[in-house]
Amino acid sequence: MSKDRSARRLPVVFSIVVALMLSMVPLPDVIDPYRPDWVALTLIYWAMTLPRSYSVGTAWVVGIVLDIAHGTLLGQYALAMCFMIYVTAKFHLQLRVFPLSQMTATVFALLSLYQFLLFWINGVAGLHTEAVSYWGPVLTGTALWPLLSTIFGGIRYRVRASS
Amino acid sequence: MVSASSNNQHRAPSGPALGLRFLLLACLSILLLVIDQRQNYLDIARKAIGAFVYPLHVVVDAPISTWLWITESTATRNELQLENSRLRAERLLTNARLQKYAALEAENTRLRAMLEATPRSSDRIRVSEIMSVSANPFRHVVVVDKGTRDGVFDGQAMVDANGVVGQVIEAGLLSSQGILISDPDHALPVEVNRNGLRTIAVGSGEFARLDLPFLANNADIQEGDLLVTSGLGGAFPAGYPVAVVDAVKRIPQEPFASVSAIPSAALNQIREVMLIWPGIAAETDETASASEDAGDVDE
Repeated sequence: MSKDRSARRLPVVFSIVVALMLSMVPLPDVIDPYRPDWVALTLIYWAMTLPRSYSVGTAWVVGIVLDIAHGTLLGQYALAMCFMIYVTAKFHLQLRVFPLSQMTATVFALLSLYQFLLFWINGVAGLHTEAVSYWGPVLTGTALWPLLSTIFGGIRYRVRASS
Repeated sequence: MVSASSNNQHRAPSGPALGLRFLLLACLSILLLVIDQRQNYLDIARKAIGAFVYPLHVVVDAPISTWLWITESTATRNELQLENSRLRAERLLTNARLQKYAALEAENTRLRAMLEATPRSSDRIRVSEIMSVSANPFRHVVVVDKGTRDGVFDGQAMVDANGVVGQVIEAGLLSSQGILISDPDHALPVEVNRNGLRTIAVGSGEFARLDLPFLANNADIQEGDLLVTSGLGGAFPAGYPVAVVDAVKRIPQEPFASVSAIPSAALNQIREVMLIWPGIAAETDETASASEDAGDVDE
């Protein structure tokens, strides 16, 4: 039973670690502002499909790791991530039955909320920011969502079929 | 994909429990934020978690370093010979400069001794590799592969062969985070090399520009002036080149001129930085002495 569970947990943990690494890869300056927020997208997917196992707690821990990795204020990513995942988990039943177009629109809203919180915390802490550039990750993230959710869906289907 | 049948398998999280957990974690985050902004209590926690993040940085960096290793080890004999001769020529040039520098240094110490001023001590330098850069475009933060184990400390200056790069903001055990001089939150005390005019260079958020916002309209500054560290802030040793002034705009009704400068170091292209231990006599270890000269002789 427990073996079965850990086998099911592996792809989730693996996908989160890969997302964390993608968020750290150095990119050229031109495309860096448009780097999609892989971690946020990954956590939205797992919180939507398996909200009992992965919700605010996971989001908080991953957020703290992001804070350390990016050298931001401790708790900034954690708070933003936590809130976004709370909304996702709260409405996961509605989200699941949405058609893809509507789900993508919701992901757009969630990512906007997430970036807004990051922007807002920076503002409260008195750090200089430009509001316009926060849209880059939201737009690319939304554009990637259909592809990403298909890939994750495939992973989940395989894992369940094998276990 | 996301089928409705999965509803039966995974029951919905009970509402209040989820909300309560969220509230608790949100409060905890806000508490962390407040503490982290005002005090340094969380440094130990940061370092501890940072040690877990280190392997991730290493893995992320692995493809690039592997690629470098592969290109290096499969370089043809011809290429190697070319590079070798180029390096030899460069070394000759550097050596020539170094001789001039040595003479100047001797003269400087003698003059200082005559004036009974304290002699300037040379600095110890170590080369460190940049492992990753911040994903946040508003924070120009890099992670380098030396930590407190190598003697790195908070506030330590980072330079490259052409000029000042930034300073360490958080020394971890195995790796450290450094802030670049172009970060909007970074300010650096500098002086104009030509006339000793002191001012402060503030990061602009762009890699190729520093702002000098505190210069009066009648200040003696012009395009092409070299700015060097003044050593007055305490963090940076004096005399390292920082930037070259590229635009001076004097607006008559404003109290301050708007002056911008281009950093001497190519902040977004560097792969290695040199960490400086000011005042510690230069140890002649592998790369240290060679790179020090490249950084100091800049004319």
